[in-house]
Amino acid sequence: MAVKRFSVLDLLGLNLKEHDSLDLRCICGRRGLVREITIPDLNRPGLALSGFYDSFAYQRVQLFGRGEVAFLNKLVTEGKLETIEQMFTYPLPCCIFTHNLDPADEFSAIAENSGCAVLQTGLDSSEFSSRLLRILSNIFAPKISIHGVLVEVYGLGILILGDSGVGKSETALELIERGHRLVADDVVEISCVNGNILIGQGANKIIGHHMEIRGLGIINITQLYGVGSIRERKEVQLVATLEEWDANKVYDRLGTEKLTMDILGVQVPKIEIPVKPGRNVPIILETAAMNERLKSMGYFSAKEFNQNVLKWIESDAARAPYYGDDDSY
Amino acid sequence: MTTKTVTIRNRAGIHARPAALIAQTANRFASEILIERDNTRINAKSIMGIITMAASYNTQLTICADGTDEKEAVEALDLLFENKFEED
Repeated sequence: MAVKRFSVLDLLGLNLKEHDSLDLRCICGRRGLVREITIPDLNRPGLALSGFYDSFAYQRVQLFGRGEVAFLNKLVTEGKLETIEQMFTYPLPCCIFTHNLDPADEFSAIAENSGCAVLQTGLDSSEFSSRLLRILSNIFAPKISIHGVLVEVYGLGILILGDSGVGKSETALELIERGHRLVADDVVEISCVNGNILIGQGANKIIGHHMEIRGLGIINITQLYGVGSIRERKEVQLVATLEEWDANKVYDRLGTEKLTMDILGVQVPKIEIPVKPGRNVPIILETAAMNERLKSMGYFSAKEFNQNVLKWIESDAARAPYYGDDDSY
Repeated sequence: MTTKTVTIRNRAGIHARPAALIAQTANRFASEILIERDNTRINAKSIMGIITMAASYNTQLTICADGTDEKEAVEALDLLFENKFEED
């Protein structure tokens, strides 16, 4: 699993990438920008400012709203700087002031000295908290990188898995040719958002949407098939494992079995597709995608079929007494 | 399971050509071969995966192989790193 450090500078950098609208800027304590944010949560340091430091959640981002700033100003005018100084003895990741509020100069000086960054945002506290928490929870979401291909087929994200050389990339290429979309080839980075949604994307922007096809080499899908044939990220909704046809293995013939695969604790529906020359895997995947969508709409082909068979047998059994043994009517 | 830590000795790092060499070599063996860099593990049989690591000069990588021919596989890959992928 990839563990990346996420510093205060990265938080500011999010603004530049237009990934969000935190509207953050650094007003002092630039040295502290390298400090790491380790917990996707924030703290309103009201109690701490009043001098109560038991269970002070110092590892979290400290958020100062109107109330805290008013209290800070009171402390400063009364000359009680010790509690503020005490707060900065903890290794705070950073302090953020909402409503474009400016901290008192004394506060800035103490922050600067302790090497803690002070940021400011124009948003109000509740809006900022919800945006920050959403962004942090995405960044701190559990991640895993999987060897496979992620494609979007009829709006469904299918993760194609299988051993090297079984034909994952070729299958994906055929799907793209048929108008579906490539999300990532070879290395798919999957993060679990919200505890139940798996979002897959390429591990790297630069090599994203390139594919390696045996005999062709590396090809650029965006250039070859246009931007319509790619996607940045997509939810993983179905896993398809390709494997060499094994005569001794029993494959699902009815489709009533429900196979799942555990990815980061989420159970994803799975299908196993045996591959051998002459089997058109892309068409099977297209059909699987449509079938999966039908299932999510409440129509389960295999079960429905079986219900009909049962009804038919029953009605035949009911008619039998009228016709006797002779069914030549 | 056989593992070995290697250092990249060619100036350019692992770009497309060395990546192809590694993948080709890895594909000769039946074992599952992974290359690890800073907690990220990728399949040594996939060119794109290897390039994704963006391993530059002096980066340390760990080769892990698991299977019937794991020893030979690690040796063969180690030799590639030793020879600087026939570069420089």
